[in-house]
Amino acid sequence: MLEITNLHAGAEGVEILKGINLTVNAGEVHAIMGPNGSGKSTLAQVLAGREDYQVTEGTVRYEGKDLLEMEPEERALAGLFMAFQYPVEIPGVTNAYFLRVAYNALRKSRGLEEVDPLDFMDLIDEKLKTVEWSADILERQVNAGMSGGEKKRNEILQMAVLEPKLAVLDETDSGLDIDALKIVAQGVNNMRRPDNALLVITHYQRLLNYIVPDYVHVLVDGRIVKSGGKELALELEAQGYEWVQEAGAAS
Amino acid sequence: MSGSSIDEFVDREYQWGFVTDIESDVIPPGLSEDIIRLISSKKDEPEWLLEWRLKAYRGWLKMTEPHWAHVHYDPIDYNDMIYYAAPKTVKPLGSLDEVDPKLLETYEKLGIPLAEQKRLTGVAVDAIFDSVSVATTYKETLAKEGVTFCSFSEAVKEHPEIVRKYLGSVVPHSDNFFAALNAAVFSDGSFVFIPKGVRCPMELSTYFRINAANTGQFERTLIIAEEGASVSYLEGCTAPMRDENQLHAAVVELIALDDATIKYSTVQNWYSGDENGVGGVYNFVTKRGKCAGVNSRITWTQVETGSAITWKYPSVILQGDNSVGEFYSVAVVNRYQQADTGTKMIHIGKNTRSTIISKGISAGHGNNSYRGLVKVLPKAEGARNYTQCDSMLIGNECGAHTFPYIDIQNDTTSMEHEASTRKIGEDQIFYCKQRGMTTEDAISLIVNGFAKEVFQYLPMEFAVEAQNLLGITLEGSVG
Repeated sequence: MLEITNLHAGAEGVEILKGINLTVNAGEVHAIMGPNGSGKSTLAQVLAGREDYQVTEGTVRYEGKDLLEMEPEERALAGLFMAFQYPVEIPGVTNAYFLRVAYNALRKSRGLEEVDPLDFMDLIDEKLKTVEWSADILERQVNAGMSGGEKKRNEILQMAVLEPKLAVLDETDSGLDIDALKIVAQGVNNMRRPDNALLVITHYQRLLNYIVPDYVHVLVDGRIVKSGGKELALELEAQGYEWVQEAGAAS
Repeated sequence: MSGSSIDEFVDREYQWGFVTDIESDVIPPGLSEDIIRLISSKKDEPEWLLEWRLKAYRGWLKMTEPHWAHVHYDPIDYNDMIYYAAPKTVKPLGSLDEVDPKLLETYEKLGIPLAEQKRLTGVAVDAIFDSVSVATTYKETLAKEGVTFCSFSEAVKEHPEIVRKYLGSVVPHSDNFFAALNAAVFSDGSFVFIPKGVRCPMELSTYFRINAANTGQFERTLIIAEEGASVSYLEGCTAPMRDENQLHAAVVELIALDDATIKYSTVQNWYSGDENGVGGVYNFVTKRGKCAGVNSRITWTQVETGSAITWKYPSVILQGDNSVGEFYSVAVVNRYQQADTGTKMIHIGKNTRSTIISKGISAGHGNNSYRGLVKVLPKAEGARNYTQCDSMLIGNECGAHTFPYIDIQNDTTSMEHEASTRKIGEDQIFYCKQRGMTTEDAISLIVNGFAKEVFQYLPMEFAVEAQNLLGITLEGSVG
């Protein structure tokens, strides 16, 4: 589904990613862990197509296509979703409207008819359950006036509506209390299917207790220095990043 | 804007920019007493009206064009302009069947079908083409309710006593340079009279269309709501794309007697000039309402997306005790458009209240100014005002300015003023794109969210149109 080969990327002339190699297949959950400044979020942004980052070397293939050649909205319409670390506020626009516009953009790209507000309401009722929310949230403004936890939950609601093939969760656990974390994780787990995949970016092991990964990769200074199974996350938690940094240096 | 995602827009043509090929009765360019007499005679006007025009003209000659607004343009040659142009086929007071098919076609193309079977339901339309009204729909239906809705020219003939009583009572011919010019040469406009106790059963609407070249449009609208009456009125406007600037200097007067309500909405979409700022309409307009009676209410809602230059301050004189004045505005400038718009709320009566909500959106090389006056006179005990001015900037070449004037002469006044300026963010656009939206859709969504507070005051039928218009105006808003 996703094949990253020797990816180098940076911003304002500073190289941040220094040769990433990663393959994600359908049905898999990959976790990317790493200390602050290791390039985790940059990787997410590059995959989503943020223009502030320049790719200097390497390739990214997604579903057989050259991802780096695609516009951000083309990537989204092709099923790539990023849950933002800092969800953006859009004052005056209701969640219901935003979700419907996004959902209809997706339908349009697939040659399907757009849904009207009433039909959309039927559809969204189901989706609200995945994040244990009532319909009140639909009349709230997109992220504006929401708490940090609500914003993250809102990202997962959007994900539930758009049903992506590949979801990149960029530090979705940051700013969540334990109850909210469980709801968000549960929501994500409910969406797991054999034909979709997850890339979970996180600083802490905590989230991975709830969203259990098949593979864990440790990112240090723009490179994946260690990969392993879910137990690697626990080792990291116990021993800290310095342990892999040293291991990385030694290898 | 730093990123290039906004750069990817392609300009869409102004879709209302076509010209109707129709034979016109056009008078020679220039302005003089003879020209005014000619206009007056073409309209077969009574002597008192001609005298009023001439008085206005003589006053105008002594005035100078105002230049305090934050707008710039080359001097206007008032003697090089045509002050009257009318399609030859329009018969005064003719029925709809007699209207030239070309004109009907024009309005249909503009989305305002006039023909009986196609008309908009629930909205009566007065269609004004250059200097004359070509048709008014639902006239008879309204007449049954006692509502008069017709062209100004017709009102002068049919209801001279009402016209004479109220004409110039809110905006005197000596009020300002453009109002004086209008008073001298005005050709047509709409007239609405809602008698005592009548709630107008449908939306009234006037659609202004400038077609002829080198011609100014000087319409005059007069709306009177008697005791306990209420009306909602909407105007829309478009013009062909031309390289020369065209002047549109209108005057609107509203009069609300005791317990009367007038809601006046504008969706202004005059041609704004091309991407280099060539051409476009100069929209220099004086609009004012008088809450003459107690408990009366006047609401101005405007969505200003067109015109090369907009100079307009729909105002309310709050004379009756407990009267309410409201001004809700969305003004958008793109390319080289300039807007200097706002309101004046003049509190005279006791416990008068006013609300001002202004949303300015600037893109391209556009310049947008809010200019507003809140004046509370000594006898206006307990007056209240709330003002909110928000500006949104798209790109780095545009400007937003706020000029609030406050003149309070009574200690019991309560005033609140809020202002904000924000920039549409690359991060907002990227967020929307990550959810599959195009840049255009993203900007339209973000801007409509910003303007929503005002849109909710528009009549339902036009709120959607206004939203679409906003999106179209901002296309090509290169950062």
